[in-house]
Formats: sequence, C-alpha cells, structure tokens
Amino acid sequence: MDNNYNRRSFIKVTALSGGGMLLGFNWFVNRTQRQMNAAGTPADSDWTEFNGYISISSDNVIRIMAPNPEFGQNVKTSLPMIVAEELDADWGTVEVEQASFDTSLYVRQFAGGSQSVRTTWKPLRNAGASARYLLRQAAANAWNVPFEEVSTNSGKLIHEKSGKSASYGEFATAAASLTVPKDVPLKSPADFRIIRQSQKNVDGHKIVTGKPMFGMDYTEPGMLIAMIEHPPAFGLKLKSWDGSRARRMPGIKDVFTISLFPEGYERESFDTRTFNELVVVVGNTTWEVMNARKKLQVEWEPVKEKKETVNAFGNKREETIPAGLESSERHLEIMQEMAGKPARQLRKDGDPEKAFAEAARILERTYTAPFLAHNTMEPMNCFARVTDTEALFVAPLQAPEFAERSLSKRLGIPVDKIDIRMTRMGGGFGRRAYGHYLIEAALISQKIKSAVKLVYSREDDMTYGIYRPAYTATYRAALDANNNLTAFHVKGGGFPEHPVAANRFPAGAVDNYLAEGWEMPSNITIGAFRAPRSNFIACAEQSFLDELAELMGKDPIDLRLELLQRAKDRPIGTSNDYDADRYAGVLKLVREKSGWGNSTANGLHRGVAAYFCHNSYAAHVIDMRMRDGQPYVEQVFSAVDCGIVVNPDAASNMVEGAVVDGIGNALYGELRIRDGAPQQRNFNTYKMIRMHEVPKKVEAHFVRNDIDPTGLGEPPFPPVFGAVANALYKTTGKRFYKQPFSAGFETEQGGK
Amino acid sequence: MAKFNLKVNGESRQVDVDPSTPVLWVLREHLNLTGTKYGCGVASCGACTIHLEGMPVRSCQLPVSTVKQQEITTIEGLSASGDHPVQEAWIEHDVAQCGYCQAGQIMSAAALLKNNPNPSEEDIEAFMTGNICRCGTYLRIKQAIVAASQK
Ligand code: FES
Ligand code: FES
Repeated sequence: MDNNYNRRSFIKVTALSGGGMLLGFNWFVNRTQRQMNAAGTPADSDWTEFNGYISISSDNVIRIMAPNPEFGQNVKTSLPMIVAEELDADWGTVEVEQASFDTSLYVRQFAGGSQSVRTTWKPLRNAGASARYLLRQAAANAWNVPFEEVSTNSGKLIHEKSGKSASYGEFATAAASLTVPKDVPLKSPADFRIIRQSQKNVDGHKIVTGKPMFGMDYTEPGMLIAMIEHPPAFGLKLKSWDGSRARRMPGIKDVFTISLFPEGYERESFDTRTFNELVVVVGNTTWEVMNARKKLQVEWEPVKEKKETVNAFGNKREETIPAGLESSERHLEIMQEMAGKPARQLRKDGDPEKAFAEAARILERTYTAPFLAHNTMEPMNCFARVTDTEALFVAPLQAPEFAERSLSKRLGIPVDKIDIRMTRMGGGFGRRAYGHYLIEAALISQKIKSAVKLVYSREDDMTYGIYRPAYTATYRAALDANNNLTAFHVKGGGFPEHPVAANRFPAGAVDNYLAEGWEMPSNITIGAFRAPRSNFIACAEQSFLDELAELMGKDPIDLRLELLQRAKDRPIGTSNDYDADRYAGVLKLVREKSGWGNSTANGLHRGVAAYFCHNSYAAHVIDMRMRDGQPYVEQVFSAVDCGIVVNPDAASNMVEGAVVDGIGNALYGELRIRDGAPQQRNFNTYKMIRMHEVPKKVEAHFVRNDIDPTGLGEPPFPPVFGAVANALYKTTGKRFYKQPFSAGFETEQGGK
Repeated sequence: MAKFNLKVNGESRQVDVDPSTPVLWVLREHLNLTGTKYGCGVASCGACTIHLEGMPVRSCQLPVSTVKQQEITTIEGLSASGDHPVQEAWIEHDVAQCGYCQAGQIMSAAALLKNNPNPSEEDIEAFMTGNICRCGTYLRIKQAIVAASQK
C-alpha cells in the first residue's frame, strides 16, 4: 500500500483497502502556532495529525468527513461544500459523515467565535484541489495524454480531444499511488459552482423524522441516569445531606456527593466551577431520579471568600470569589456608583479631559443589561463510561480539546485514553464550551462503576450559572460650538468583567478619546454568550450614537458614515481594529435595501444600528409598530459583510436567527438574582421570544466580495439590540437605557 | 410499577412503569423513541409535542396512566418515510438550525393543518406560540406551514 505524505501541505493519500483513495488532511494547517495557542488549542500534536478526509471508492462513492461540532450553524453542510468545490465533485452525490461515534479519526475542533469556516477555508480547499489534481494525473497517465488536457466537470474526468471520460471512482485507486503535489492552484471565486449556491442541510431528513442525533438521545444497554442537586443560590454550598429517603425510592441505585475540583486545583479558562460539592442521585430512569430528588434532605450554608488560581492558556492569575448572597438590584446600585468614578484606562487619544472641559454641549448616558441564561433548547447532558484507566464520553460540546485536557488533569487518565465523541448539539451559544458536565459525569461514572448519562433538568440548566455577565456602560460625547464632535468617552463595567473593546469604532474617528473599564468580582459564574461583550456594548454604543446624531441634527447613518470616513482618511491611533470601508459598506447596503430616508408605511417606525465583531460587519434597519398598545418589530433589513458566503440560504437562516435572538433578548431576556437565587427557573418564568413576537419579514443581504469567509454565527447578533432600542425610541418617543426593554413598557419606567 | 398497553404509531406496546411517568419519558426511555424531546417538563416549550388521537398534547404533562387506549403518534410515526407534507415543507424551507425543537414544531404544525387546512398568519402564530425555538427559526417555520397548507 502506498502512503504518500506531503508534510508541507499536510496531506496524505492512501489506497482504500477495497479500492479507491483516502485523502487525509489537517484542518488547522493555515493557523500559525501563535494563533492556535492564543485560541487555547494545543498546537504541537495537531501538526502531525490528520483529522479530515475525502474518500473516493472505486465504485465512485465520494465521502467527506465533517469534523466540526454542529449546533445549528450548518457547518456540517458548508464545510464539505468547500471541499467538494475544489474537488469539482457532484454535490448531489457527495455523502457527508460526522466525525464521531464510529470513526477513529477524532477531530479537534472548536465551535465558537464564528471560527469554523474562517479557519478551515484554506485547508479544506487545498485538500479538495489536491484530490482533484491526483485524479487528473491518474487519468492523464492511463490515457497517455498531457496532464493539462484532462479537465473535470462535476465528478467526471474528461479528455476532450479524444472524447474520453471517466468517473472519479474509476481512477481513485490509481490516484492513491501518486505523489501529493506541493502547490495546487485553487479556483478563482468566479469559477465557484457549489460555493455561493444554496445547498440544503445534509441532516434535514434526519431532523424532520426525529432520528437520534443529540446527546440527550444517546443510550447504551445497562446505562444508568444521574441527576445533580446543586445549591439553590450562588454563595451557598453544601452543609449536610441525608439521602436515605431518596435511596429508598423505586429505581434508585445510589445517592452520594462529588467534588468537581479538589481544593487548590488550578483551573483553566473553561474549567468554570459554579458549585463544587454536588449531591448526586443515580437510578434507572430519568423520571425515577427526578422523583427521588424531591426526597433529598439537604442543608446549605454560606460560602467564605475564596482565592483561586486560574491558568488562562499559560497566563496565571489570582481570582477572588467573594462570599455573600448577591442580588441584581444591588448590582444596579453598584453600577450607578461606579458610573461616577474613574476606572482603569484602556485607551486614550489626545486630551479628552480638556475637550470635555471646553465643550459647548455634552451628552452623557448610561446603559445596563442583566445576566442572561443561554437556555440552549437541549439542556446540558453527558454520557460517560469511566474506569480507573480509561474514559469514554458522548456529549454535545463545543470545545472537546479543552474538556479533554481538564478531564485528563482531574481524573488522572492520560489524554490518549480519553475518547470524546461529539453529538449534534441542541444549541450552543457559547454555553457548551464549559465542560463541567463532562467532569461531573466522569466522577459519577467512576463512583458507581457503571455507564451513566448525566441529565440536567431545565431548572438545573437555567440556575447553574455561566451566564452572560451583567453589564453597564456610560458614554459621553463633547460637541464644540460648531457642532463638531471633539471628544468621546466610554466607561464600561460589569459583574465580573467589563464589556469595553477599546479599539473599536468610534475609536480612531475622534481626536480625543478615552476608554475605561472596571470589573467587580461576583460569585455568579459567567461565560461566553453569542458574541461575548459585543452583545451588550453594541447596544449601548449604537443607542448612544443614535441619540448623539439627533442632538447634532444629523441622520444617524450619515453621522456614522462621516465618522468612518474620518477614521479612514485621518485615523487617530494605530490599533483600530476595524476596516472603515467594510463597516461603511454594510451601512450603505442596508440604507439602500431598506429605502432608508424614504417615508415608511403608515405606522412604521425605524431604527438603525451597525457593528463589527468576530471579523465580520453587520447592520440592521428595524421597522416597528404599535399593536394593541405594545411595540412589535414588523420587519428587518440586514446587511452583512462576512466575505464569501459559502451557503447563501443557510447564511440567511443564521441572520434571521440572530435577528430573532437579538430582538428576544433585548426585549425580554433577563435572569434576575435575588439573595443569590436565580428568579427564573424555567420557560414559564424566563420569557423567550415566541412566534407572534417575531418580525413578519427579515431580509438578509450580503456584501458581494471575494474576501475569504470571516464568520457569521455571531456578528449579526450584537447590532440587533441597538436597532431595537433606536426603533423603540421612534415608536414610543422614549429612549430605553435598561435591558430588558419590555420591563419599561409595562411600568412606563424605561425612558428618561 | 404497573403494566400499560399503549398504542404507539400504530403498534401496540407494553411498558411496566410507575403510573405517574409522563408519556415523554415512556417514549424516550422505555420505547426508545427519542424523537420526542425534553425541553422544560412544564408544558412551556412544546419540544415534547405528540398527537393523542390526532390532537397535539405536551407529553411531558401526560401521565402514562391517563392514556388508556388512545392512539399516540410521535414524530417517528407521523409518516412512513418522512414524506408528510409538513416534513417535506420543512426540508424544502431548510427550517432547522440546531434542530432540537423541530420535532415538536412539526407535530404542532401537522395538528394545526389537520384541523385548519388553510390557516391565516394569525391562526399560525396563535397555534404555534407554545413552541419555543431558541435558534429563532420562526420565520421559516411559518413559511413552511403556509407552503404545506397549499399542498
Ligand atoms: S418539555 Fe413538554 S412542553 Fe417543554
Ligand atoms: S432549531 Fe434550535 S431550537 Fe429550534
């Protein structure tokens, strides 16, 4: 068997045992070592590992492995499309496999930060192009014609002069014995036939027929079910417990406690520990375990202040976790106090103090937003079968490589004895990057010496923490006597992190600029939530710019465009992190598509917002209307620049979803804390957006360019909040500063 | 524990469970029909929607002891091969993102169209309001229902 390996392109071709070729490749080949470490991915091992493949059997079955965890962003379709494009395959006949359950080609991949398409774009194209090259070469050899004369068309090899043609399968075995080329030319975007064409979700049929695909659906004979009782409030821990009544309930195997991490454990970034000591009930079925939990007798006591070491990808820091039962109301008071105090300087240009002192007019506004629960539709869960020497996990998770490292450390089992199989995820939104539920499942399995599935109830899931932080930001702008914007000041804070991205727009567009941040420790745990930090700060900033435009007597789009032009022509500072042209591009596109400036239909009121994050640009115009005394979003025009759009219809679906998610969270999203306890525990108290509250129409438009794809899962989300706030102002005549905005509808307290 | 004879997707099945067990868990853990999903357990999300004698019900709130001889239909039994007009419309409109809520959405939609073959937009909104989609695919759900109603 030949085994040709091109170290430089990280591609290996092997003959399939039954005939055909297997081309292995590495998804990470275009990342630099530094980038990978910054992303927290262990670098070295990946460079020699093949974790993707194309297989072409001699009877012409073409399979492409989709390695990414799928949580709805449709990468299981779009990543193979990229491979198929360069392979010049017939998309209709390509089979896509998920890398889990039945393959030893375990894939290290992270679904988060809108990275999937962006980081795999080059290696995927290269792999497809290399396979095509080898097939053409094999055909050229067999037909005895020059390589250049062999072309391909939708899965066929063709020699026009002689009229010869063959399927890929016919030459797959021969191709496997050839040497992998060093540099294969890639297609010009103008020649794309599969990319930029809408292709349906490859799992569509399985989803509509209810096939088992999710972690929750996984089962094995003899598997037990476990559930966890965690403290009812942040700031409490286990004091004493008695499981004897619960243990006597039907179907119950055992009741015991586990400790997530031992004292002094050095946590890594995603090792978030909300509650350390947990009471576990294990039984035969979920219903029996749920019932037995009601018989648990548990006492809780207040925690003491704690110091912990966190090792964030090599950067160690001390973290203080305070004692006490916190409340959202108190958080808001602290935010108000902090708004008047100086905070840590993040960036300063010019002399903002002087400019504010000399200003003719100053606009100052403060914005707040509460904790949000991710509320993935599928609650956390994990199957585990763990012995002293090896461990198997089947779970929906976003960051297997982080989980694997933590599990190895916690269980004392080497990484190569840990097998993590990823299922489809019933939503992620950042929540499933935190692998505590794998560790919990592992400890339970070890203790009861059995395969077990840990299941969170909705209440467990919603009250466990790892929330979007509670944030605030105060904005100030100085205008001189000639109505020029002379200074801009943002100060953001939060529990326990601040939301400010100091180098984002309008940094770079204003001579005198100050960005500050403050952070307040909290025992309420937080985590990445779809477009972390941006999901709040975009709302505050874009609401503020809207009010500023009004004060200056300018159209809100015009004001942004003027500032962007300024940032382009005479940028202040060198570390501005946005491209002013692409930013302006989405604003212009949304202006055109929405007919901005023309009068809207009767009773419609519009707001606009734009934002840049996660390498892509997005702008929305939202049209709102009062119906039965309540404001409703009627229609939305969206413009997005995420480079080349691989799968347009799926991309539109993502934008529609982000718009709906943004409207829902802006208007209703809130996880309130009182005396340390989450006040929302299930969907009967946590208000989720529902069908009648959703706009009738969302039009997603994409800037057409040939820039490599830059990600789509997160960027359209943050500016929705701002567009909602600005449309609300036009609709109700009141400015809304405090999320969730719907609280202001009922009490008439929203505006100032 | 007690024995129950159930009619599920046209077959008779026997289970031996606590009478209070919701049909949701009977389906998922005793009959290995995992298409019906757990989302909230309190009738607030619709992920567990099944048909009981053709009517949509939240199976998380339906104790197995109350079912008796009533016919249960789950997503697995909605059609022989995934070709119910609603399922086809779902694929045609590429509705799903994560997909977790969709079995419940489809079961609700199929029940809606059975009783109201030509629903207005308001009818659809009112009927589907008990089904949450965290991914926000509501617009496509609505379009797919409209498309299925025209078949
Ligand atoms: S699980 Fe039954 S309605 Fe949510
Ligand atoms: S598709 Fe994810 S919850 Fe509906």
